[in-house]
Amino acid sequence: MNAAELIKKRKSRDLRSSLITYGIVVVFYIVVQTMVNTGHISSLMKGLLVPICVYVIAAVSLNLVVGISGELSLGHAGFMCLGAYASTFFTNVVGDGLPELPRFILAILIGACVAGFFGILIGIPVLRLKGDYLAIVTLAFGEIIKNLMNVIYAGVDDGGLHFATTDSGLKLGEGGKKIIKGALGISGTPKNSTFTIGIVLILITLFIVLNLINSRSGRAIMSTRDNRIAAESIGIPVTRFKLMAFSISAALAGVAGVLYAHNLATLTVKKFDYNTSILILVFVVLGGIGNIRGSMIAAVILTALPEMLRGLSNYRMLIYAIVLIVLMLFNWAPAARAFRSRILEKLPFGRRNAEKEES
Amino acid sequence: MSNWKKVVGLTMAAAVMASMIAPVSVFADEAFKIGGIGPLTGGAAAYGIAVQNGAQIAVDEINANGGINGYQIEFQMEDDEHDAEKSVNAYNTLKDWGMQILDGTVTSAPCIAVKAETMNDNMFYITPSGSAVDCIDGADNGFRLCFSDPAQGAKSAEYIGENGLATKIAIIYDSSDPYSSGIKDSFVSVAGDYSLEVVSEEAFTADSKTDFSVQLQKAKDAEAELVFLPIYYTEASLILQQASDMDFAPTFFGCDGLDGILGVENFDTSLAEGVMLLTPFAADADDDLTKSFVAAYQDAYGEIPIQFAADSYDVIYAMKAAIEQANVTPDMDPSDICEALKGAMTEITVEGLTGTITWDENGEPDKEPKAVVIEGGAYKAM
Amino acid sequence: MMYDILQGCIMSFIIYLTNGISLGSVYAIIALGYTMVYGIAKMLNFAHGDVIMIGAYIALMAMTKGGVPGIPAVLLAMAGCTVLGILIEKIAYKPLRKAGSPLAVLITAIGVSYLLQNIALLVFGPDPKTFVSVISVPNLQMAGGKLTISGNTIITIVISIIIMLSLNWFVQKTKPGHAMLAVSEDKDAAQLMGVNVNGTISMTFAIGSALAAVAGVLLCTAYPSLTPYTGSMPGIKAFVAAVFGGIGSIPGAMIGGILLGIIQILATAYISSQVADAIVFGVLIVILLVRPAGLFGKNIQEKV
Repeated sequence: MNAAELIKKRKSRDLRSSLITYGIVVVFYIVVQTMVNTGHISSLMKGLLVPICVYVIAAVSLNLVVGISGELSLGHAGFMCLGAYASTFFTNVVGDGLPELPRFILAILIGACVAGFFGILIGIPVLRLKGDYLAIVTLAFGEIIKNLMNVIYAGVDDGGLHFATTDSGLKLGEGGKKIIKGALGISGTPKNSTFTIGIVLILITLFIVLNLINSRSGRAIMSTRDNRIAAESIGIPVTRFKLMAFSISAALAGVAGVLYAHNLATLTVKKFDYNTSILILVFVVLGGIGNIRGSMIAAVILTALPEMLRGLSNYRMLIYAIVLIVLMLFNWAPAARAFRSRILEKLPFGRRNAEKEES
Repeated sequence: MSNWKKVVGLTMAAAVMASMIAPVSVFADEAFKIGGIGPLTGGAAAYGIAVQNGAQIAVDEINANGGINGYQIEFQMEDDEHDAEKSVNAYNTLKDWGMQILDGTVTSAPCIAVKAETMNDNMFYITPSGSAVDCIDGADNGFRLCFSDPAQGAKSAEYIGENGLATKIAIIYDSSDPYSSGIKDSFVSVAGDYSLEVVSEEAFTADSKTDFSVQLQKAKDAEAELVFLPIYYTEASLILQQASDMDFAPTFFGCDGLDGILGVENFDTSLAEGVMLLTPFAADADDDLTKSFVAAYQDAYGEIPIQFAADSYDVIYAMKAAIEQANVTPDMDPSDICEALKGAMTEITVEGLTGTITWDENGEPDKEPKAVVIEGGAYKAM
Repeated sequence: MMYDILQGCIMSFIIYLTNGISLGSVYAIIALGYTMVYGIAKMLNFAHGDVIMIGAYIALMAMTKGGVPGIPAVLLAMAGCTVLGILIEKIAYKPLRKAGSPLAVLITAIGVSYLLQNIALLVFGPDPKTFVSVISVPNLQMAGGKLTISGNTIITIVISIIIMLSLNWFVQKTKPGHAMLAVSEDKDAAQLMGVNVNGTISMTFAIGSALAAVAGVLLCTAYPSLTPYTGSMPGIKAFVAAVFGGIGSIPGAMIGGILLGIIQILATAYISSQVADAIVFGVLIVILLVRPAGLFGKNIQEKV
């Protein structure tokens, strides 16, 4: 085979793999939507649909940084926070001034832009760092965003927008409306997020991420992950590509934040602490670092799992922790992998698969 | 993706899908189904568990005494980890269970999120302890048992001013907590009306709530006579300890969040000597209701109940009174029950652990706060 | 008049500084455990903060329920945490050592952290418990009573220094210590030279966990309120401190912890108590940008 054929073959493989990923999302949507329409779905699961979309988007976008670019980020929730706050602020300021759908689309764009802008701003100095140091700095940025948002008071009146750091410092005119209320955050945001919009946003996220991975830039980013020095030596501008991946990921996290914030009537920064950042990282690692489809499935399972365990009452979170540890060991431990292939070999239909897994 | 992961992934996915199938929920004819939502795990678990226990005691009492109009009560509490999103999940779980009335949500931000859902469903709820204004604001199906944050801040300022406790006030509050900053904001805004001077206003956050030396030092340097603590007892116990270490002994004044400080295991109660708090409930009050409640609580859970437990106990009895007033039956659906109870709530009077309570049409309770002072390791009415 | 004001300012600065050192010494002692495990196993042990909490509970229960006196209770907590640390390492971390990504074990550590918190929640309940002093040392009065340094601070600092020095001695001068250094430099080479790598890593976890018990007791002596979540935030802060000082460096963790405490207190005192956290983390970022491997970290030049 010559080079041209190889490239062609790889392209068709990439395309097929991407189509399967889109296909899974679409099938999931159709199945769930049918269940919703025929009334065969519990209230709990109906309520979980939008959060699942939120976490899938967050996980896929973080995978771009952790899996594809090879950097550990512990501040992903910070970008979600920025997207959430910017968009709900916008939504509440505009109020009924715009019809619902265009307003929500604008809110999504604003959330993405604000988060993406801060992604660039933070990425420029930070991406010079490596490994755990990068992790701690992103964690620090997440905490800074959280701390600052807690003391912001903002409102709108006829004179325009007002910002302050104390409640009494916010001097609104007659008929003014307080929107951001410090630690109490923003409440009363209309519930604009729907499962359908969530799925559309997942598809857009996948489109952006998969195209980036399969593009020339994506290969350059992955080359910097696998061997930074080699990549630098052949003239790949490592930092620029890393910054690109980082800011796109931040913007998509912002979108997840918008979707999250427009699903609940209340928004407080407490949600966006390092625990949430870590939770998203758990999706990525459990699903397989760099494996987009895997992180989607992990996000769905781990979002639904604590809810499915509700019957265990007090032992719920204990069991959740144990399941998490066991899943990690099962998925990652070399011994567990060897055990799996041994079992597969014994199954009549499994031999071929086992060989495939070995290779 | 390897095959094994596919197998595991698909199995899990199938399990998720299977669990999505709607349960057959019918409204039981013979019992009222009351649900509760609050944090049972996580940093705020103490409050949620207290609410669960308080409600359970009330439910058991009522059931043992023949129920409400002859109908028994079933009570189920769901965990929300003090998170708005989980709170909505808990609410939906309870709906699947067949909940008809909600005792919740315990904490403010989750309560606001659940409020929006209850308004959609027209589900009747009383929050035992969601004190932010927005917890019931604009929802005619929602009522509150505790005081709202602005009410607590204003009442505290009023009490301090009118009793001439002090004029120079320092405030130490949690800027990352809506309850704490809500009370602080309203306290500051009305302090001037009672000629109180706020000489220092220092914050801490959930991320740095161990060391309060700076906040105390500033209060001391500003010569504050009274330190206002609109915070929970966990942090307050540390503040009292650290103030004593630095020989700073102003009057400490707190709100209902401070109740429970004497119940902290191993706490040196002499540190709390002279602490004043404005709380509707004091665990060692000597009326019969409080005594029997505290005894039952200690029997069942081995602890002295905090105010959250008392609030929740009163919530169940308020529901009982409203149900009896409106004559609703368990075979009605939640929306009809809600319509009937809404009207009944403003007509009833509940003699509860937290005082004699009536409700206005906005859902706010009308009851008298009791000012207590800690003397000799016990609460004493002032 | 001017002189009085100046003296007042200096006095309050000194008070803040000692408070900062006091808080920082607690961070330092937690950070020592983080940094040791990181140095050898190259993993961020996110469960360290929760081992601290368990250690504090063991000591407290031994003292209040078991009637054990202070020092034996601490020894009991150390023994308990050592066993716990070795168990965690064997069950949750060791199988993943060759997993190919250091992130796998990081996530498992988070799982262990949730597990410990929830076990504590079920066993000890959610209500805060006040910690009982193990030993009491009188407060130190200076400058005519204007400056008080609490006995707890003195103990914490003295114990942190003792631990730091003995760890340093252990690593530099003893054979197991050399084995630890060798494993941290190059696992495979150490194995070839006859070092028992698994044993060394287990030993590191054992020492780190015993330290966690001491840290738990000191943390709760200084700030005597114990809940199942007591360890998690100081754990994160100490992790930051360890990175601050250059993760893997023993003196670095000590200095990093104390600096972090001082910065936090001074930021709260002189800039704003509302945004003190943001300032602390901001300083951390600036320092890491100037010195990308922390204050005492080795900046190893990567080669092809």
